Amino acid sequence: MNDAGMGMITVNGEARPLDGPMTVAGLLAAIGLDGRKVAVERNEAIVPRSEYAATRLEPGDSLEIVHFIGGG
Amino acid sequence: MWLLPQGALLVRGAGGYDGGMNLDFSEDEISRYSRHILLREVGGVGQAQLREARVLLVGAGGLGSPLLMYLAAAGVGTIGLVDDDVVDLSNLQRQIAHTTGSLGTPKVESAIERAHAINPLVRIAPHRTRLGVENILEVFAEYDIVCDGTDNFPTRFLISDACVLAKKTLVSAAVLRFDGQLSTFKPHAGEGCPCYRCLYPAPPPDGLVPTCSEAGVLGAVTGVMGTLQATEVLKEILGIGESMSGRVLVWDALSARFRTIKLRPDPACIACGPNATLKDLSGHGDTAGPACAI
Repeated sequence: MNDAGMGMITVNGEARPLDGPMTVAGLLAAIGLDGRKVAVERNEAIVPRSEYAATRLEPGDSLEIVHFIGGG
Repeated sequence: MWLLPQGALLVRGAGGYDGGMNLDFSEDEISRYSRHILLREVGGVGQAQLREARVLLVGAGGLGSPLLMYLAAAGVGTIGLVDDDVVDLSNLQRQIAHTTGSLGTPKVESAIERAHAINPLVRIAPHRTRLGVENILEVFAEYDIVCDGTDNFPTRFLISDACVLAKKTLVSAAVLRFDGQLSTFKPHAGEGCPCYRCLYPAPPPDGLVPTCSEAGVLGAVTGVMGTLQATEVLKEILGIGESMSGRVLVWDALSARFRTIKLRPDPACIACGPNATLKDLSGHGDTAGPACAI
């Protein structure tokens, strides 16, 4: 827990303060990523894109951004 | 060559087998596949399962090259290869089924010649065509497992939707730059088994995600991912180990890190969800966009 009492999350291996209620959709907007070109892994499981707006991040969450690739 | 008597091989591999499959092997086959047959998880029955398997590879490029060569070498009895392109010099940095001598020839011909040089015992059907709404289900009907090694999003979504509709197992891999991703999709196999759209619901808008021809790809990365794809196909045929269904393997070659991430079905998935709206392929337009040299 930090001084604000909100705790930290990890995004792509880097610690990031969780300053208040935030969803997966909110996180993508905050870091400037278009949700249509990524998948989001939260605590070792993919979050369905349909649940980005409803998935509230919790202190201690570990998130990884998986980039949508389609080369062969 | 270390040869075991044929009878011993068949008896050893026959545990739990309930009959119906041709278990006769020629001396050449026993010798050729001896390192497989020695594996308890394969054995004679497994090798016969490989011989009866029918696998379609879409794309004879960076992923398709090692995939085809390993499946043919493994004795997968019927392989289909889809590609409408010809071999270009810029392909040869990674598409190792083709050779400098095959420049300008159809990729299906070039790759099949290479695979048959490895193993003439397997049947490999060329499909020198581009899959589209009008032909994809007809082509898929001849096969049980489909492998995606294509390099454009419209075709990837068409393949996925056709697999969901036709209940075909899809072993899918993708590469770009130094990255690889792999999963197996078989929503027909039961609850908990997602499809490609559960991972990526729709193609990215044009221009948002580059192709290999725009962003590059390390050749060896396609070799690793195509070989992993071949491994997962063999596991699916043999029914051994843990399927990649419900998991995505993500590889970052630069950091040399593999991660395996859980993937559950998206309840809102339009293709395989409980309220799926996908009933046919009519939502797919013309996929014959510019061919990326896969």
